[in-house]
Amino acid sequence: MMRIEILNGRIIDPASQFDQQSSLYIAEGKIVSRGDAPDGFSADIQIDALGQIVCPGFVDLSTRLREPGATHKASIQSETRAAASAGYTSLCVPPDTKPVIDTAAVVELINDKAEQCAYANIYPIAALTQGLVGKELSSMYSLKQAGCIAVSHARHAIFDLLVLRRAMEYAATHDLLLIYCPQDHALSNQGCAHEGAMASQYGLPGIPAAAETIALLQCLELVEQTRCRVHFQGLSCARSVGLIAQAKTAGLPITADVVMHQLHLTDEDMLPYASEYHVQPPLRSVADRDALVQGVQAGTIDCICSDHQPHDIDAKLGAFPETEPGMATLETVLPLMLRLVAQGGLDLTQGIMRLSAAPAKALAIHAGQLAVGNNADVCVFDPKQSWQVSRSTWQSQGCNTPFWQDDMLGKVTHTIQAGKLIFKA
Amino acid sequence: MVAIENLQLNAQGKLQHFLSIEGLQQELLTEILDTAESFAGITAQHVKKVPLLRGKTIVNLFFENSTRTRATFELAATRLSADILSMNIATSATSKGESLLDTIRNLEAMQVDMFVVRHALSGAAHFIAQHTAPHISVINAGDGQHEHPTQAMLDMFTIRRVKQQFIGLRVAIVGDILHSRVARSQIHALNILGAEEVRVIAPKTLLPVDVESFGVSVYHDLAAGLKNVDVIIMLRLQKERMSSALLPSESEYFKCFGLSADKLNIANKDAIVMHPGPINRGVEIESAVADGPQSVILQQVSNGIAVRMAVMSMAMQSHAGAQ
Repeated sequence: MMRIEILNGRIIDPASQFDQQSSLYIAEGKIVSRGDAPDGFSADIQIDALGQIVCPGFVDLSTRLREPGATHKASIQSETRAAASAGYTSLCVPPDTKPVIDTAAVVELINDKAEQCAYANIYPIAALTQGLVGKELSSMYSLKQAGCIAVSHARHAIFDLLVLRRAMEYAATHDLLLIYCPQDHALSNQGCAHEGAMASQYGLPGIPAAAETIALLQCLELVEQTRCRVHFQGLSCARSVGLIAQAKTAGLPITADVVMHQLHLTDEDMLPYASEYHVQPPLRSVADRDALVQGVQAGTIDCICSDHQPHDIDAKLGAFPETEPGMATLETVLPLMLRLVAQGGLDLTQGIMRLSAAPAKALAIHAGQLAVGNNADVCVFDPKQSWQVSRSTWQSQGCNTPFWQDDMLGKVTHTIQAGKLIFKA
Repeated sequence: MVAIENLQLNAQGKLQHFLSIEGLQQELLTEILDTAESFAGITAQHVKKVPLLRGKTIVNLFFENSTRTRATFELAATRLSADILSMNIATSATSKGESLLDTIRNLEAMQVDMFVVRHALSGAAHFIAQHTAPHISVINAGDGQHEHPTQAMLDMFTIRRVKQQFIGLRVAIVGDILHSRVARSQIHALNILGAEEVRVIAPKTLLPVDVESFGVSVYHDLAAGLKNVDVIIMLRLQKERMSSALLPSESEYFKCFGLSADKLNIANKDAIVMHPGPINRGVEIESAVADGPQSVILQQVSNGIAVRMAVMSMAMQSHAGAQ
């Protein structure tokens, strides 16, 4: 295994509150020293990180790899490579693959392919119910044994609250985290945009904020009753931030995330009928966006997620309501985090923590920190490198981003996962 | 909010596609009305034809069923001497799995000049205009809950013929605003043309969120909303919506929002009554009112041909100008 030294970078490790110019030494897949080189250390790879930031590799709570089932959109190979180029070392894969992740065989298939690709570490998330139909519980224990660290229903509906309650009780029995995307499907009513002036103007079926907050409240009630650990994913509304804050104050075992583009874009930014802006949950109002940023700043919202969803061209070619929701996002997360820092919405340490230590903590995995003895999952980036989002440098197979031609600041130069250099610019 | 991109106008500011009223200038709307006025004379002649679009091929692409809109577009094209191909796509290519874009590409390959598009999804006409060949014009004949601009313009034409001008007019639009593409286009047109006040009158279940942002006054009481109005536009209530928890019953709807002779008396004495059709008699409007002296409903239908002739010829001339 390679020995790596990263010299003279600004090391920011939010988990240990370490922030200074220093060096990092890696051997046998672990961090062996921070500061001075260990006695007799000779590096196979030397990285000069002067002027760059050295931080924990990013941990993503939701990355669609599109495999199995939709390799015309993307593959484990293409998307883990894209993730590595964006500084990610751990990825959670939601269960809405085809077939659904509700058997150990699917978990093994994903893990085998991910291992062959040898980029970011993959965590398949098990389906909460069989086939994500919302009726029969999945074999959560077997799925946990196969390597799943959490269960989820992705954005599929659970119409029966009793099923949700039983699923939470059973997940809690096996100490499995529930990753829950709150959305009442009856209230969403097949909407495709935030229910507000923009949707009304363009005649787009709207999704009210209440579709999220009511589902969130129902689940919080069941957390109180079942004590199931729940991570609320992809919050989009101002009122959700307040509800999460109250629940945390009450001591419920919950965490929450927001998707990076929800911290930047609102329904007012949407170009008319441009399908790149079609996402679920929809881009909300300016007031929602501002409240989400404040929630991230205050720590009410623990993590920032990519919610990476690569699509093929056809999926986005049509009248807005019939196009598939989702953006390809991995490669814009870091510069958008830095943009948020530049705008004063976050400080840099907070931004890095929300992308690394906090999601690792929510998942209870050993990642997201640079302490000696930890796995060497490291991201090195140049915060001042400017670049333009263009197809010529885009790594993901999904070209569905509204940020084409945007000037970005901040580029990953090296990504190391378990001591292995998985990306070098 | 980002304004709808100005896809509709060519480099010379001429109407190339007609997708929405929103964002257009008063001068352009007035030009459409004036052009329609000249065509209205032709439709009254013994030989109702002009050679303006001779040799041009217009395709009626109706992804949704329609009778009068499709018929008036066909008649308008015929009276402009164009060749017209009417396609009911709902029972055609897309039912075999073909994408919207592939359907368009195939028709483009048949060297057509204009698409008249009706589609159940908002933005469909916009999407086709963005992806079609530059020499082809697209006319929106109703897209989802977005706009139905030619219907609104024939309504404006009808209003102007009776009332002469828009300045000082108070207009009430009554009924299912939420699902009505016609209402959205009418509201834009009335505001652009300078109406004094546009009111919407409906129960909360049939109003879009933030409807005030359209530039309208909101009423939930028909009697209050009809005071001092000069024009009453009744909207069609799709009966299928009755069963989706939007309204309790036809009779209750008529009691609250149906236009009876008594209610009509609340409006100004010379108020006109309009309806885009088809009418649900006894649900939206009483027969005595629909057929009464203040009704201009059938004039709307006649005027639809002249207005559609105007829009089609203007859109086609924009290509000639560009060349």
